[in-house]
Order: sequence, then C-alpha cells, then structure tokens
Amino acid sequence: MNAPQVVSDLIRRTAAELADALAAGETTSVEVTQAHLDRIAAVDGDVHAFLVVDAEGALSQAAAADARRATGQAQSPLDGVPIAVKDVMATKGLPTTCGSRILEGWVPPYDATVVARLRAAGLPILGKTNMDEFAMGSSTEHSAYGPTRNPWDLSRIPGGSGGGSAAALAAYEAPLAIGTDTGGSIRQPGAVTGTVGVKPTYGGVSRYGLVSLANSLDQAGPVTRTVLDAALLHTVIGGHDPKDSTSIDAPLPDLVGAARRGAEGDLSGVRVGVVKELGGEGYQDGVLTRFQESVDLMVAAGAEVVEVSCPNFVHALATYYLILPAEASSNLARFDAMRYGLRVTPDGDPSAEDVMRATREAGFGDEVKRRIILGTYALSSGYYDAYYGQAQKVRTLITRDFEQAFQHADVLVSPTAPTTAFKLGEKVDDPLAMYLNDLATIPANLSGVPGISVPSGLADEDGLPAGVQILAPATADDRVYRVGAALEAALLQKWGGPLLDQARPLVGEVAQRPSRDQGASS
Amino acid sequence: MSELLSYDEALERFDPALGLEVHVELNTASKMFCGCPTEFGAEPNTQTCPTCLGLPGSMPVVNEIAVESAIRIGLALNCEIAEWCRFARKNYFYPDMPKNFQTSQYDEPIAFNGWTDVVVEGPEGPQTVRVDIERAHMEEDTGKSLHVGGATGRIHGADYSLVDYNRAGIPLIEIVTRPILGTREIVPLVAKAYVAQLRDLLLGLGVSDVRMEQGSLRCDVNLSLAPRDDGSESDNTGRHSLGTRTETKNVNSLRSVERAVRYEVQRHAAVLTSGRPILQETRHWHEDTGITTSGREKSDAEDYRYFPEPDLVPVAPDKEWVERLRASLPEPPHERRARLQAEWGFSDLDMRDTVGAGALGLVEATIAAGATPQAARKWWLGELARRANETETDISALGVTPAHVARVQALVDEGAINDKLARQVFDGLVAGEGTPDEIVAARGLAIVSDEGALSAAVDNAIAANPDVADKIRDGKVAAAGALIGAVMKEMKGQADAARVRELVLEKLT
Ligand SMILES: [Zn+2]
Repeated sequence: MNAPQVVSDLIRRTAAELADALAAGETTSVEVTQAHLDRIAAVDGDVHAFLVVDAEGALSQAAAADARRATGQAQSPLDGVPIAVKDVMATKGLPTTCGSRILEGWVPPYDATVVARLRAAGLPILGKTNMDEFAMGSSTEHSAYGPTRNPWDLSRIPGGSGGGSAAALAAYEAPLAIGTDTGGSIRQPGAVTGTVGVKPTYGGVSRYGLVSLANSLDQAGPVTRTVLDAALLHTVIGGHDPKDSTSIDAPLPDLVGAARRGAEGDLSGVRVGVVKELGGEGYQDGVLTRFQESVDLMVAAGAEVVEVSCPNFVHALATYYLILPAEASSNLARFDAMRYGLRVTPDGDPSAEDVMRATREAGFGDEVKRRIILGTYALSSGYYDAYYGQAQKVRTLITRDFEQAFQHADVLVSPTAPTTAFKLGEKVDDPLAMYLNDLATIPANLSGVPGISVPSGLADEDGLPAGVQILAPATADDRVYRVGAALEAALLQKWGGPLLDQARPLVGEVAQRPSRDQGASS
Repeated sequence: MSELLSYDEALERFDPALGLEVHVELNTASKMFCGCPTEFGAEPNTQTCPTCLGLPGSMPVVNEIAVESAIRIGLALNCEIAEWCRFARKNYFYPDMPKNFQTSQYDEPIAFNGWTDVVVEGPEGPQTVRVDIERAHMEEDTGKSLHVGGATGRIHGADYSLVDYNRAGIPLIEIVTRPILGTREIVPLVAKAYVAQLRDLLLGLGVSDVRMEQGSLRCDVNLSLAPRDDGSESDNTGRHSLGTRTETKNVNSLRSVERAVRYEVQRHAAVLTSGRPILQETRHWHEDTGITTSGREKSDAEDYRYFPEPDLVPVAPDKEWVERLRASLPEPPHERRARLQAEWGFSDLDMRDTVGAGALGLVEATIAAGATPQAARKWWLGELARRANETETDISALGVTPAHVARVQALVDEGAINDKLARQVFDGLVAGEGTPDEIVAARGLAIVSDEGALSAAVDNAIAANPDVADKIRDGKVAAAGALIGAVMKEMKGQADAARVRELVLEKLT
C-alpha cells in the first residue's frame, strides 16, 4: 500500500509545503494534481464541493508547470500547485454557472483577471466549486445543483455562499481555492469548516470576471488551510487591474512577510480591539468560549486587548439587505435568454418579453427572486431615498465606526460566525435566520476593510469548528496576516497539530483519531 | 392621419413650447467603456467584447477621450462643468441592451446650465433666440435591432429580430434644452436652426461626424401647446404654465425637425380645439408622409430605478484641465459667422441663406478645398439646395462632399467642363458614380477642344443658316448667338461656347 500513502501525504500538505517540494524536485505538479483529482473522485460524491472537474485541463497545466520547473523557469512560488475556483469566476473554456440554472451550459469566452493571474502564475485549475446561486446564501443549499456537505459532518452545511471552496479545502480535495466574499462568503464557510479565508480590502483583488452579486461589496480572496497559504495566494491574485476601475492603484503590502513574521508568535505592541457589538446575544456559547480563548492567546503573545464599540453595527444587516438586493436586481437583469444561458420559450407566439419572463421564472431560484424583488422595490422611485439612499447613509456611519475603532486598536476581532455549522435544511425556509449567519462579517464588506477567519477550535457542545475574525483598516491587509498567523501558531501548539486532523475521516480514509459518535457513516 | 388645424389658426389660439433632446455619437476611436472600435458599417457583431456584450463578470472602464469631448461640448454650449459626477444605471429591459440597463448619467450630468444663441429669419427680419441648455450628459448607445417580417419594421408583428451589438457602447452625449418659450410662429425655424447650429458646433469641435443620415446625430422633439398668453398673466408665479407634451423620436434631418415641429403644433392645436386632451406619449416621425403617429404611452410612473453605477468611480475633471480645454475651444458660432461673412464678402442675405440651408460648414469646407466663396455658394445654394429640396433630403446627405464641389469648380475653371456639364457631374455624384473626374470620363462629359471638329461644326452651322450668317457679315454681331446655339447642339453641349463664338466671328467678319 505504498502508493495510497504517498497520495494521502500529498493532499494533506499545505500549499507552501507543496511549493517547497516542487521547487526541491521531490514531487511533480502532475503527481500533486493527480493526487487531488483522485481525492475528488473518492470523496466528492459525498461532499459535492465541485460543479465541474477539469482533469484533462489541470493535468496538462501541471505538465507544463513541471516542464518549467525542470528548466528552472517557475512563474511564481506557487507554480504547479493546483487550485479550485469558485464557480462565480469566468473561466475561458470552462463552464461557469454561478450555481444557477439560468447559466447552465454557458462557457465564458474570457478569463476573469483572477483566473488569468492564476494561469500566469502556473496554478493548474482543478475545477469549479459549488456555491449558493449567484452567491446568495450562507449554506450552499441555494445552489441549483444541490448542496455541498460539510466534511466535518456530512449532514451539516459547509457555510456559504462559498461552501464548495471551503469544503474542498477541508476535505483535502484542493490545497488552495478562490472564494468571493460579499457579506461573509469566504470567512463564514472558513469558520464552519475549520479552514482559513481572507476577504481582502475592497479593490485589492480585481473583480473583472467575477459575476457581480453586489458590486460595491464583492471581493475575491483566498480560501486555504493556513494563513501563510492565504498570503501566498493573495499575492498571486492581488494588485491593480486596469480592467476594474474600482481596483486600488497601489502595490500590495508584503503579505507573505507579514504572515511569516506573525508565525514567530510575537504580538507585543499590537492593540487588539474586541468589538462589543459582535458577540453576546445570538452567539453560541461554544463559539464565544473559543473566541475568548483566542483573545487570551493573543494576550499571551504580547498583544494589548481593548474593548471598542461600533454602535452602528446593529444596523449593518438591515443596510446590507437593502444595498445588496438593489445592486443585485440590476446585475441580474442581463440574464434574459437573449444572448446566452438558459432559454425557455413559452407555447404560442411569444414575444421577446414573454421569453424573458418564462426564462427568468424557470432559471432563477426562490432566494434569487426574493432578492430581485426586494432590490427592485428599494430602487423604485418614491422609495429610493427611504431605502437605498438611507442605507448608503448608514453605510457611511458604519465606516465612521470603523475609523473610530481603529484609532484605539490596530486590528478588531470577533467570532467569525455566531454558530457552528447547522444541519442541512434547518434554516433553508427561514431567510431571516439564514441572514443572521453573516451578522459579524457584513460590516467589513459595507466599509471595504480586510478580514481573515482563522479556526479557533471546536465548540464544546457539538465538537464542530468555530472561527475567529480579524479585521484591519483598508489597505492594511498585512495586519490580518500578521495577527492571524500569530494566533494560528499559538493554536497549533495548543492542539498539537492542525485542527482538521481532528475531523472524522471521509470515505476510504484511515482515521487519524477515533471518530465521534455521530450520524453519517464513513 | 390625424386631423390638423391650419398653422396660422393654431398660433392664433396657442403658444408653443419646444424642447429638444439631441443624442450625439462621439467619434472616439474606441467605445465608451471598452476598447472596441467604433467604425460605422462593419459586419454585425464583429466589434464587440465581453464588456459591450454585457457578459457576466465584465466591467466598464471610462474612455477618457469621451469625457474630454463631453467637457468640450459642455464648454462650447456655455455650460458649467461638474467638479464631480457619477454614472448611473438606467434600468429597463430591451433586447438591444446587453445588460438590460444603460450606463448613463442621472442627476449628476458632466455639464449643465448652458445656453446658445441661434439666429432665425423672423417676420420682422433676423431674430436672435437664446436656447437654454439644461444639461449635457454622457451615456452609452444601445445595440441596433433589425425586425424581420411584419409590415412595420417594428418589433410588433415581426417574424423574428436580429440584434447588432457593434453600436452597443458607442459613446453618446445627450444634450437637453430647457423649454424654449415665446418663439411663436418661428418655432419650427428655431428648432431647425438650433440643430443646425449644434451640428456646426460639433463639427467645429471635431468630436463627432454628425452624420444625421447615419444616426450619429439623433433628435427628439418635445412639443406642447398652452392657451395663448393674452397678456393678462393668469399664472401669478410669473412662469409660463406648460401644456402636456409629446416626444417625437428620431427626427433625423434638419428639414424633418422643422416639419415635425410644425406638424405637431397643428396636430396638438386640432386635438385641444376639439376639447380632447393631449396624451403624454412618444410619437414616431414618418419621413415619407411627414406625419407623426402614436408610439408608446409614456406615463410619469415610468421608473428606470436609477442608481449610481457601482462599477465605476466618479468622474472628477481637474480644474486646470477644464480651463485648458476652455482655452482651446474653437470660436463661438456667432463670432464664426461674422468672421466668415467678412472673409467671404457675403451679403447679409447670402449669409442668412447659407446658414438657413444648413450649408455654412459645407461652404466653409468647400472653400478650404480650393473653391472661391462665390463658387462654393453658387453650387451649394443653387444646384445642390434645389436637389435637396426636390428629393426632400438634407443638403449634407446628398452624397456630394465639399471636396467634390471644389473639384467640379476646378474642372470648370480649367475649361474641362462648363456649368451645364457640371450639373451632369452632380447627377453622377448624387447617383454615386464616383469622383467628379471619374464621372466626367465615364459619361464622356469633357469639352471638345479639337479645333478641327469645332471648326467643322461651325462651318456646318453657317451652311445650314445662311440668313443668320449674312446678318453677321453685315455687322449684326448679336445674331451670332443663334449660330453658337446650333454648334453647341451639334456638339451635345461639350464645347467651350466662348471659343465657338470666336470661331464664328473669325469666319464671318
Ligand atoms: Zn467592447
């Protein structure tokens, strides 16, 4: 049983470790890529992290990477390390559905800038990961192609909207993935799957080719298992893009350096602000316990802890659910059967409007329709000032709260999500309960600041992962890497290894430790 | 056809209020929000990319040259230039709109509060009318639908429709006037003069091809009538109260602008006189029959759900840049007219005729191409204005360019053709037969300068008209005209009449 062991070893390595092994010639990109493709074949029937797997494309990109490595012409430190991409990113020649029926069969004729940068850096693309339809949701249950399951417990949600990317990392189906975060869609799945996710500063990573949910909130970012991996990936995809007018025209800070420095474990001189409004009522006890433990570890590493208040954060959810649907209702208007995607032609002698209506009726799911209706209403003449206009004002207040808080603290911390992963189906018919998942993550999107979610441990009551969120001022993304890496190092020491080692084994896997006594079979 | 009141009677009872919305396609090399070329007439859907097709994930980037053109247009119309303004989404569904929203400007136009003065021939001589400009804003054009089958060429009743997105995303500037009041019977002339002036001004700025026949300048005419203000001032706000307006879309020639305004004045007057209300609606202009018909009803409730375009950052033109653009503007229209009149030595009447025919720029360009002012005026206001009238087309759309006219005149000056033959060259130009030289060659219009052939023709004429020849021999030189006519007839006009006269007199005196 020599071969399976090698495979198992390769998929469990971090991206940084794989990069080192590739650079040292200890393995090849084809071997690494094949190991992940095998893993996907073995477990994705249960997990359903992927909507499309491009084995042929990934292996040929891997072979090209090996050829470059062989001649000492690696295009980036991550050259040859495979990656999964959330299905909201346009990929030339590879179907892109955004988890929606309405885009079934659409093959983009162009690459998103993020994807183009991955290709230029030599990362083979394994496939496209599942998501809530058009990124609307916190559980991936709103995918038109069926839910993704949490590798920790297949009866539970992996978070959303980027549940596919996070689950792919947690199930060792990919060493890296791309996510997008509009209200928490990178960070919340990271928290509930025990993985790392970063929402960069708004404008820090190009949105060109990211199918817009809410343009003023969307931000693509890394989904990984370690803070250093996130920094390495962020460095590949980040930086100014002339095709995105809202992208920041300034060099990225040294993110990898910040992560390495943080991993040394010294946080002396760092002021950590605990946000009063992001905790307490509505938060699961076990999540709060793990959060407090993380704060204590930061103190032990030399950080100074202060409590800060952001009084307008209580309005963040309401504000978000006006701005997001408004922008989304306009963004989604283009899906009308005229140029691409699904076309439903009603009987009789239908007009163009009839075809549009029938296609949108059949092609969009309920959550999408709900938000289109909300957004259309919020933008309507006579309501605009009361809803969209007012929401923009509150948004300004939330940004001011951040500015105030960052006068007293270098980073702000909170639990990433109020609860651990809930059961599939538990909240799918209760939109408001679902929306509460993003309570702690939404303020960062409203004001554009960067944030990371790092695993904080397992909640005592259910043994499921929780996450801690670290936020920094806009363009100070290096801070979230430094503090995140320091916390990660302290926790690894406490746990004696990665949190994911404590997860129950999936199909065909030898248990790392005795599995807990819960439902789903392996 | 709607019932009409006579124009005079309409004005006896009502005061017209006019508003014009003009869409100008800029002549930038690339589109408003992407790098696609803008050339007119390419194969359908060959000048497109993810952005102008509105593909999922694509994003717009503002064309700086288009912003510069917009600012220059605003400055030329005496507008204020916004220090900071945003694009907005105008949301509505239509198949020729790739995103089902148009990226436009809403309450923050790049230019606003301007004016331009136009001069028209009023009942008591030339009259200057100030047209207030409400705003000039930037937006993108839509694609172009072609409805195949059905009777009307409109989407309703068509068998199927094709959409060409080459035009989608071409930069447009929409220039909107405030209501133009108090112009009474000259209102159609004001409309025409304003559009003509705008065309000349845009040509002078070099920001647009302003080819109305190609749709690069498109005009919507808003018109309303109010009961005639008899001076008793019923509205104590001091403002005119306006009647319900109609918006006549796509009136795309100077001549049509004048006709459409006149038609709508008469139609509104008939409707109002009969006691019925005017519906607020868009109307279609029919070039062939000279009437408007009802389009879609436009209620105030029509809701485009405008909001600021979140994919673009605000446009904040640097003040120094705006001042540099202001300093480099071409001269204003009235100054230009005065200068040209002086340079060309035109009488006031000549000048008004030239401006009135919409030929000022054409005459200027013809002179620049080498013709004398007199020759340029002669051809444009004579031969070509007549043809434009006869065929009911714009003088600029005849297919005759200033370069053509200059070349025709050069051929006359060289003695290669005469004025009569020149008219046949213009026939050829209008028919699209090529350049003046090609037409002269193909139609065999060159004057015969072969002295032998000419001399023989003169001899024939003398032999055929012995009485006339005798009179000339007796000193009645005036009689030579008859012989010259006979020679020209034999030569099918392709002879130099002056040389023929010389030959006749040589032979008989
Ligand atoms: Zn384009």
